[in-house]
Amino acid sequence: MELQHNSTMIETSGASLVQDKSNKSQRIRHRSLQLEDSLLSEDNPRLIYINDPRRTNDRYEFTGNEIRTSKYTIITFLPKNLFIQFHRVAYLYFLAIAALNQLPPLAVFGRTVSLFPLLFVLCVTAIKDGYEDWRRHRSDKKENNREALVLQSGQFRIKKWKKIRAGEVVKIIADETIPCDMVLLGTSDPNGIAYIQTMNLDGESNLKTRYARQETASMVFEGKMISGLIRCEQPNRNIYEFTGNMEFNEQRFPLSQSNIILRGCQLKNTEWVIGVVVYAGQETKAMLNSAASPSKRSKLESYMNRETLWLSVFLFVMCAVVALGMGLWLERHRDQLDTMPYYRKRYYTNGQYNGKTYKYYGLIMEIFFSFLSSIIVFQIMIPISLYITMELVRLGQSYFMIEDKHMYDSGTDSRFQCRSLNINEDLGQIRYVFSDKTGTLTENKMEFRKASVYGKNYGNSLCKTDHPLQEANISAAAVGRRWKLKSEITTDAELMEFLHQDLSHDERIAAHEFFLTLAACNTVIPILTRSSSSSCTMTDLHEDVEAIDYQGESPDEQALVSAASAYGYTLIERTSGHIVIDVNGEKLRLDVLGLHEFDSVRKRMSVVIRFPNNDVKVLVKGADSSMFSILAQETEGIGHGEPMGCNIRLATQSHLTEYSSQGLRTLVVAARNLSGEELEQWQCSYEEASTSLTERSIKLRQTAALIECNLNLLGATGIEDKLQDGVPETIESLRQAGIKVWVLTGDKQETAISIGLSCKLLTPNMHQIIINGNSEDECRNLLVDAKNKYGVKSADHRNKNLKIKRNAESDYLEIPEARTSNVSHAVKAAGMANAPLALIIDGNSLVYILEKDLERDLFDLATSCKVVLCCRVAPLQKAGIVDLIKSRTDDMTLAIGDGANDVSMIQMADVGVGISGQEGRQAVMASDFAMGQFRFLKRLLLVHGHWNYQRVGYLVLYNFYRNAVFVLMLFWYILCTAFSTTSALTDWSSMFYSVIYTSVPTIVVGILDKDLSHKTLLQYPKLYGAGHRQESYNLHLFWITMIDTLWQSLVLFYIPLFTYKESSIDIWSMGSLWTIAVVILVNIHLAMDIQRWVLITHIATWGSIVITYVCMVILDSIPIFPNYWTIFHLARSATYWLTILLIIILALLPRFIFKAIHRTFWPSDIQIAREAEILRKRRGGLGSKLGQGSS
Amino acid sequence: MEAPIYIYYQLDNYYQNHRRYVKSRDDRQLLYGLKYNDTSSCKPEQSNNGLPIVPCGLIAWSLFNDTFTFVREAAQLRVNRKNIAWKSDRDHKFGKHVYPFNFQNGTLIGGGKLDPSIPLSDQEDLIVWMRTAALPSFRKLYGRIEEDLEADDIIVVNILNNYNTYSFGGKKKLILSTSSWLGGKNDFLGMAYIAVGSSCIFISLVFMLLHVKNPRSYANG
Repeated sequence: MELQHNSTMIETSGASLVQDKSNKSQRIRHRSLQLEDSLLSEDNPRLIYINDPRRTNDRYEFTGNEIRTSKYTIITFLPKNLFIQFHRVAYLYFLAIAALNQLPPLAVFGRTVSLFPLLFVLCVTAIKDGYEDWRRHRSDKKENNREALVLQSGQFRIKKWKKIRAGEVVKIIADETIPCDMVLLGTSDPNGIAYIQTMNLDGESNLKTRYARQETASMVFEGKMISGLIRCEQPNRNIYEFTGNMEFNEQRFPLSQSNIILRGCQLKNTEWVIGVVVYAGQETKAMLNSAASPSKRSKLESYMNRETLWLSVFLFVMCAVVALGMGLWLERHRDQLDTMPYYRKRYYTNGQYNGKTYKYYGLIMEIFFSFLSSIIVFQIMIPISLYITMELVRLGQSYFMIEDKHMYDSGTDSRFQCRSLNINEDLGQIRYVFSDKTGTLTENKMEFRKASVYGKNYGNSLCKTDHPLQEANISAAAVGRRWKLKSEITTDAELMEFLHQDLSHDERIAAHEFFLTLAACNTVIPILTRSSSSSCTMTDLHEDVEAIDYQGESPDEQALVSAASAYGYTLIERTSGHIVIDVNGEKLRLDVLGLHEFDSVRKRMSVVIRFPNNDVKVLVKGADSSMFSILAQETEGIGHGEPMGCNIRLATQSHLTEYSSQGLRTLVVAARNLSGEELEQWQCSYEEASTSLTERSIKLRQTAALIECNLNLLGATGIEDKLQDGVPETIESLRQAGIKVWVLTGDKQETAISIGLSCKLLTPNMHQIIINGNSEDECRNLLVDAKNKYGVKSADHRNKNLKIKRNAESDYLEIPEARTSNVSHAVKAAGMANAPLALIIDGNSLVYILEKDLERDLFDLATSCKVVLCCRVAPLQKAGIVDLIKSRTDDMTLAIGDGANDVSMIQMADVGVGISGQEGRQAVMASDFAMGQFRFLKRLLLVHGHWNYQRVGYLVLYNFYRNAVFVLMLFWYILCTAFSTTSALTDWSSMFYSVIYTSVPTIVVGILDKDLSHKTLLQYPKLYGAGHRQESYNLHLFWITMIDTLWQSLVLFYIPLFTYKESSIDIWSMGSLWTIAVVILVNIHLAMDIQRWVLITHIATWGSIVITYVCMVILDSIPIFPNYWTIFHLARSATYWLTILLIIILALLPRFIFKAIHRTFWPSDIQIAREAEILRKRRGGLGSKLGQGSS
Repeated sequence: MEAPIYIYYQLDNYYQNHRRYVKSRDDRQLLYGLKYNDTSSCKPEQSNNGLPIVPCGLIAWSLFNDTFTFVREAAQLRVNRKNIAWKSDRDHKFGKHVYPFNFQNGTLIGGGKLDPSIPLSDQEDLIVWMRTAALPSFRKLYGRIEEDLEADDIIVVNILNNYNTYSFGGKKKLILSTSSWLGGKNDFLGMAYIAVGSSCIFISLVFMLLHVKNPRSYANG
């Protein structure tokens, strides 16, 4: 009954569904339906009837496969675009000003003129948006019209992507792109294996295996039709998870992430697959994931807003002065207003108006209107156009950052990417860099280095073997097969030799199992490619040398499998049911009964396999911390005495410490036999857990615990994680630049320290403070001890006092500490202050510290250390550490990482940088900037960061000045017009001033100006300090600029005033003079500050002046403008030119002198470096000239 | 004084740059005459008795109408009142076929009247007047005396004081001036150049001395 009730409701929405499936209102209805439905069944699964799209889509309203990434259609473009544009405050300001100007008493400018700036920015933005959207439309159209084979009335026929619906069965041929999220039913492989490349989704180029369920795969392979029901979760954006189950032939079996292929992926190495569509169009995981990352705002911009507030105050004061003056003037001339020739309050014409007042609304209203109209006249005091200018400038800066060939990584063919356009200048002020280790500092290309097998250490004497199984490998030769690996691996001769002994004693068996585990216990897929070229050289006998490429999700696993192969245990085939390993030429087929994948809780992975002789074994590998606790307590070796086992264990442990101190990543390998009873119990539990729809991972974890116990230790591996190029140099430069580099890693303490040493983060002369407590008290003691020992003062006493006042209760403990620390500071400071400190802290301690009131102690300690290394940290803790700094200081933070575990940190930091490396694209997707290598960070910060900061800082100040000088000039004039808000400039010139006359040079300078060459900046990282000291933009500079502005505006106004005092000059000539004077003035002002002249700068600067003249000539050539022919009259008089020259000289003189004095007596670092640079260049030029002369 | 001697009248405290005043004109009407009838910008002086005024607006309405005659030794000096307005204004801005219409017929007379038989392009006083001044004290060209005046010449000026400046407390002045390549007599520009120039020289000398005394060493730049 309930069901029927539901379906009738759906029919109403289902009818209209045909036309527009993404219709919003229907979505809402859909959602409410779901809500209702979720009350009926707890899990609220999505039901897909295989090969029955009608029934599937009848039940629920699923979106079709048509995608729309475009925002607008032709009809909605105008209203929607305008609506979106007016979300910005800047545009609202323009709109308000334009609206004010439409009121009759306020019409300061002509109606059309006043709309110009608004229309201009609206048009520019609309064209930009429209173009982008048109491109999206085009790509959508292309995407939607792609074709796929869909099962229609019993046959696979071509259908357009956009018409595909949930529930339909689709066939994909090799190398095709998958049109929607599908559950695999069958593949060209009888076992139902398919390989896909997820490049478009997560950027990983390796192949991933997906399986069709055995039950359906066989049916499909035989060509039978399938009908069944899939229950799966509602659409979500997690691309690494999928839970569902399938009812098929009265059977019910689980579906997981490995059974689904996602839109955007490509089918590889598989002839064809058949699948059923579960999520289509906008509901696919790829589409759900395409949301933009949250936008950040730059620090300089927030300072700029503070100054804008000041400018608003100025604006208000000026308007108030005008309004008040107007009031007083009106009051004084009250009796004369009626007849005064230039005011004439009343009509004195015969007709309907006679005697009425004309545009006079009483004193109070006149004052009010005067205030409003002065806002209109002075509107550009608030530099709204600056926001648009800054956007353009950042766009240009990004272009040059992207095009920088020094930041192009040829290894991965990845360019620098700017994903966020708002924070370019923040790059110049970074104080803290939080770096991930794996994949960021290191390459994440793993190399198998060391092995500890059965308590014996191998790998100290490595030799390169180009042909792994060449030497004395009789058995391999006999079989006539050689496996060639794509990567070269160094092997240990001793171990190699040992492996070719017979399986006789324990140690040998352990070694055998050790390598079996390496080869079997993983999710790596071997891909065979026949390579005939290499076969002819050495081994003419064996014509088919096959190259194996191991594709896996984890580089560690790839390294291990390759290593196993090098030692003669080659994984050559993997399906969901079995694996084939080539053991020194013998093919060993092992049935895989179950596989417990790696998860971050267990930190291990296990696989249950059945040997051909029906032995069942569980092979486990995992992190040492999680493995030693589940080893058999009384290890018997393999059937031998206790001391032996203990020895092995101790030896292995010591090897592990040795490995990690060398910076290797370690894994412990163990195995044990399963008895039939255990196996049965486990199988039961495994079956149930893996088919359950809810809490599957927890159930699986419990199941894993059944067999992951009492294990026999086989050995341990050490994998080297190679440092990326230039990491130590980069870190050193960053440190010289005054940037603190913190490394946050998931590795353990020893590994972290060793990597820290190898990348010169830590130096031997540093005092290492190690915090690794296991309880709150322990952590507190460690922190306090460290603080006392090294005399760390609270970073900010004032801050502290405030805090104490605020939450006195919670901080009672800290007060005495602070005192003692001060005392000890006095005592020990002498000895300790010189040695740099390094803080090493582990994740466990961070749990206690970050959640408790110890945070501040940590902050004090950490900020006084030169280096901070955090090891064993979880992703959220990384963000917590970034937040620790971000919330307590004003310093800028930058987080750099490459993996999914760095996403939270990247989003938390002021600037997030993603490394587009091995671990997928999630970090890149969340980042503001992305690049291929860690070492580019040096260039990004020291060069581009510096430049961008200098440019934007100057740009902001200059824009403030440029607008204020203009407004002030108008203001002085208004004081001479009986406060009547008259502008001597023509309306058009007033509007063009900030849009056309002066805008281009600022943009060009903001993009192209360079104060120092990149060589100098890289050579002297200390120059980066200018950003830390906020040298190019601060309140002090703002006020100096404003005073300069005041002077310049006075010069601008008074020189023409005195020159043309008591002359016959008319208002338009005066206005024309002022327009030209102010444009030339601000452009020469800019020219004075340009540091690097290139052709385009010349064109922009001088071109602006020319354009201004051209505009004025055009405006003065129209007879119906009152200013007709003004410029031609003016240009004929010498006074005009002399006046302009005098204005420029006098206005810029103080600035020039100030600059000269400052540069002579108090030069900044940058100026010194610049002078040195120029001198060097000159000397170089001289040298080359001399050289030419002599030759 | 050598010819030509320019005659200016000067008005003080007359805000020709007041917004209400500056805007109260219609340039299209001046060019096209009655053919153009949207004269709302001319308020409050746009129509009278329901008929449009040509030229409309406060500026035209308040046309200056004092007249001056100059007598030297009982002989009247010839004052050339032609070509006192910009040629561009006469030729292109004020219509050749636009004649004053319905002008100064309101209840309040603001200033001079115009001969309805002379087109606007020839009403040079009006054209000069309508180039509104930039500042509240301004001069406007009245005419030229095209004879040299010798020292100790006594010139009697007869002024017909028509224009009402009492309504706003203004002043009138009459100026006779010759013109150089820099325009009328104004010392400001010259003085300013001398001052700024000499201070520049002084400053540059100071800097030069500083540089010679302790030149910047670049050794450790």
